[in-house]
Amino acid sequence: MILDIKLIEYLEELSRLKLSDEEKEKVKKDLSGILSYVDSLNELDTTDVEPMSHPFDFTNNFRKDEVKPSFDRELILKNAPKKKDGCFQVPKTVE
Amino acid sequence: MELYDKTALEIGRMIKNKDISCREAAKAYIENIKAKDGELNSFVTVLEEEGLKQADEVQKRLDLGEELSPLAGVPMAIKDNICTKDVLTSCSSKMLYNFKPPYNACAVEKIEAAGAVVLGKTNMDEFAMGGSTETSYYGATKNPYDYERVPGGSSGGSAAAVGAGLVPYALGSDTGGSIRQPCSFCGVSGIKPTYGGVSRYGLVAFASSLDQIGPIGKDVRDCAEILSVISGHDRRDSTSVKGFEYDFSDSFDGSVKGLKIGIPTNFYGEGLNEDVKTSVLGAAKLLKDMGAELYEFEMPVVDYAVPAYYIIACAEASSNLSRYDGIKYGYRSNEGESLLDVFVNSRSEGFGMEVKRRIMLGSFVLSSGYYDAYYKKGLQTRALIKKSFNEAFEKCDMIISPVAPTTAFKIGENITDPLKMYLGDIYTVAVNLAGIPAVSVPCGFDGKGLPVGLQLIGQTFSEAKLVKAAYAYQQNTDWHKRAFEKMKGGSL
Amino acid sequence: MSWETVIGLEVHVELATKSKIFCSCTTEFGGAPNTHVCPVCSGLPGVLPTLNENVVEFAIKTGLATNCEITRFNKFDRKNYFYPDLPKAYQVSQLYLPICRNGHVDIEVNGNKKSIGIHEIHMEEDAGKLVHDPWEDSTLVDYNRCGVPLLEIVSEPDFRSAEEVIAYLEKLRETLIYLGVSDCKMQEGSMRADVNLSVRPTGAAEFGTRTEMKNINSFKAIGRAIAYEAKRQIEQIEMGKRVIQETRRWDENKDATYAMRSKENAQDYRYFPEPDLLPIEISEEWIERAKSEMPEPAWAKRERYVSEMGLSEYDAKVLTTERSLALLFEDTTALCGEPKEVCNLIIGELMRLITESQTAADKIYVDPGKMAEIIKLTVEGKINRNAEKEVFEALFKEDIDPVSYIEEKGLMMLEDDGLVESTVEEVIKNNPKSIEDYKGGKQKAFGFLVGQTMRALKGKANPQTVNKILKEKLDSL
Repeated sequence: MILDIKLIEYLEELSRLKLSDEEKEKVKKDLSGILSYVDSLNELDTTDVEPMSHPFDFTNNFRKDEVKPSFDRELILKNAPKKKDGCFQVPKTVE
Repeated sequence: MELYDKTALEIGRMIKNKDISCREAAKAYIENIKAKDGELNSFVTVLEEEGLKQADEVQKRLDLGEELSPLAGVPMAIKDNICTKDVLTSCSSKMLYNFKPPYNACAVEKIEAAGAVVLGKTNMDEFAMGGSTETSYYGATKNPYDYERVPGGSSGGSAAAVGAGLVPYALGSDTGGSIRQPCSFCGVSGIKPTYGGVSRYGLVAFASSLDQIGPIGKDVRDCAEILSVISGHDRRDSTSVKGFEYDFSDSFDGSVKGLKIGIPTNFYGEGLNEDVKTSVLGAAKLLKDMGAELYEFEMPVVDYAVPAYYIIACAEASSNLSRYDGIKYGYRSNEGESLLDVFVNSRSEGFGMEVKRRIMLGSFVLSSGYYDAYYKKGLQTRALIKKSFNEAFEKCDMIISPVAPTTAFKIGENITDPLKMYLGDIYTVAVNLAGIPAVSVPCGFDGKGLPVGLQLIGQTFSEAKLVKAAYAYQQNTDWHKRAFEKMKGGSL
Repeated sequence: MSWETVIGLEVHVELATKSKIFCSCTTEFGGAPNTHVCPVCSGLPGVLPTLNENVVEFAIKTGLATNCEITRFNKFDRKNYFYPDLPKAYQVSQLYLPICRNGHVDIEVNGNKKSIGIHEIHMEEDAGKLVHDPWEDSTLVDYNRCGVPLLEIVSEPDFRSAEEVIAYLEKLRETLIYLGVSDCKMQEGSMRADVNLSVRPTGAAEFGTRTEMKNINSFKAIGRAIAYEAKRQIEQIEMGKRVIQETRRWDENKDATYAMRSKENAQDYRYFPEPDLLPIEISEEWIERAKSEMPEPAWAKRERYVSEMGLSEYDAKVLTTERSLALLFEDTTALCGEPKEVCNLIIGELMRLITESQTAADKIYVDPGKMAEIIKLTVEGKINRNAEKEVFEALFKEDIDPVSYIEEKGLMMLEDDGLVESTVEEVIKNNPKSIEDYKGGKQKAFGFLVGQTMRALKGKANPQTVNKILKEKLDSL
């Protein structure tokens, strides 16, 4: 699979990343190379193979519905780059 | 024999016998870190004051007669993607250059409860993405055997620190070989546990269905001891397995008699360095001479492990790393004014190129129109690989394989060619895809005098058996000891 | 041309669990910003989700109550998008295998019955709250609501009018409240509806282009929003323009909808199975147990109250507005066998007391045994109606023991016919004028004499006994 710049830009948008033109070219080349290699998977017949998203078959790990104390707010906000009035602060969201 | 040559259990015994105090042990290693790490760069954070304080506390517990683990008072280090309360946990990324978690990872809680003395946090590839520790925001870690070369990765800091005698043992994490490959490059031993064996609570996620925390030590006996401490069910990790405990009580009799060891012949074909091949097959022969039975067979589907791994690991990573957006913690760009600017600029400035590449690759394989062709195909391949291992373990107890196709390469040699770098993971990633355990131990040196490692791969929760074979091997070889001898007289 | 409106609903309800879906923080509404928050729900690096079993339990019950198939093997997926109210930048939800599918809810509008299809019900986590900060023209982020469990109930596009939509929402609300899975308070946002609406010429087979309306927070507003949006779309088409597929926000104050983000540039959510959570396997036993624990739905109760207990439809409806009242009605009736009496006491007295005391109907406690006792005493004529009310009020307020209370306050009717007799004799002696009137055929005088007797007995005599004895005495004069 060979990627074009339009697709690279779409992936930038999805990933919330911005690359320089030079980086874009490099990523385009790298990802195209990687995906061409990945395309070798098409040699494998996977008809009727159940996709495996977990390494094992366990199910049902539940927690009891019990309330435990929350964290001290200072600890939650401790690492925030910007905060105000006990909240994280961000530029205005537009809707 | 110097302290730095001793295993963690040996030091633990000395502490218990009062041959040395916890503080003396910690001090000795801190001195060694100060002397050598300026150049080696295996640490992101050194905890001198805190480490000595912790040593005193452990000493007090021991003096009061508290029954602690055989590792009590032994200094150690923790990979920088494992959360340590109030201590920088950067994942070697600018993105988390100032992040101090308000909590400890489960493995950290357990190792500290056992009396560990934490001397610092070790360098790694940024967010564990890489096999050379070159993608770290804090600069590359060097291989203790040759400063021109990489220590492997992503747990390169942990492996180099143990290899150079800066700590007797360390914790690492393994998503696609990140414990085993640096162990192989640095001449030390390590275990990638069965998925679900060690709680991932507090391990900063790279690829959630593949990540495992594991031990890196001077020999496999140390590693088994560390693993018994950090493993076990944890309610906070839904994927942590219930009702299982490691039992290594039969692992140290030094015998491999009757063990059936498989050799997948396709693992030893094209692309494998001759010196590595010779060393690993030499080890297989020795195990046979010691009483094991060898079986040859093919596992062709494992040849497809690398593409399947990069699809799955990058897909999960693209989602796991979305939370780094400049709002809650870590780096926030001052450029731009809008909300979108904060997201895009913080992420673009905060992540290095390899991380960006993998996030974009992961976004691609999950994006609408490509999901079935890539992500689903990757998961199906994963199922086939798991099946192939299941079939192999019907024939044999374990598989012997190289860890990496080469020994440590030069810094800068592969970094510009990601695909070449990814192909170096050919022998390790299948183990993570299948969720099974593997032990990595030194098995020789190449023509340049660089260490070679082998791995023993086993069925789910067969660590005790793998350790038994690796321990017997280490009883009959001195590669793991020669490594340290060599460093003293050699490049260090 | 006549037009037909086609509507489908996505209803989000917050579940009434004590703790959040993936961590043990409280789900309680309100609280200072970021005080119901921990590393898990604020998305700190390294933390992992653990699933609250009651969320699954509530989802199963909701599915059963809406006639859904329960997906025996279901799992969570991640929905990836960036927004400040979503700390992990993905919402844990269910796309590929939702827990419930293919159900229906039956409604009735103006006497016409209709079945609304349920496409699916899935479990997911709520997002945080964004508050505008006018001082610095910025946005403040509060994660208290982050991780509160939600069910998203997705209907088929089966509605043709606002009345049907409201009837469905009322039915759904009543069902969920009866199940105890949600309090469904639209004002607090614990029930929210997104309305997908399109129009087409009446009789057309194809659907028109739909818009999605968000931010509607009352039944009244839903009716108005539907009317507005249908009219807007028809006008667009009649003007020769086309309807754009988009998300529109309902502005309550302006009574109009406004375009939000265009769906043509649809978000690519990159859903994939959540690796941090194990799949959920629901056994036959689990479903059977859930079924056996499910309360009788309100509509079934109403039918039974009318057909088996002889209540009016109106009374049955009032009694079932609150499950606590219906249960009190049933328990008390079972003990005293007087449905009509119990109903009157609840509707006449209890509901007034609830209003006066300003307590929520689901928070009150009245002992059905004691209530039944009061009713029995009344029916047997041992206390009178006024006494009944007084004792019941005391029961409501202080949970008194009715018999001791009645004795203490002297509310019991007299059982002693001798005392009635002597009192009647006394009254006859003191009212010669009335006796004459009575003898002269004035029936009114009899009533007066009864009144005098009752007053002398402080109202505690059985009126029938007084009547009987008085008549005998007068007739024998």
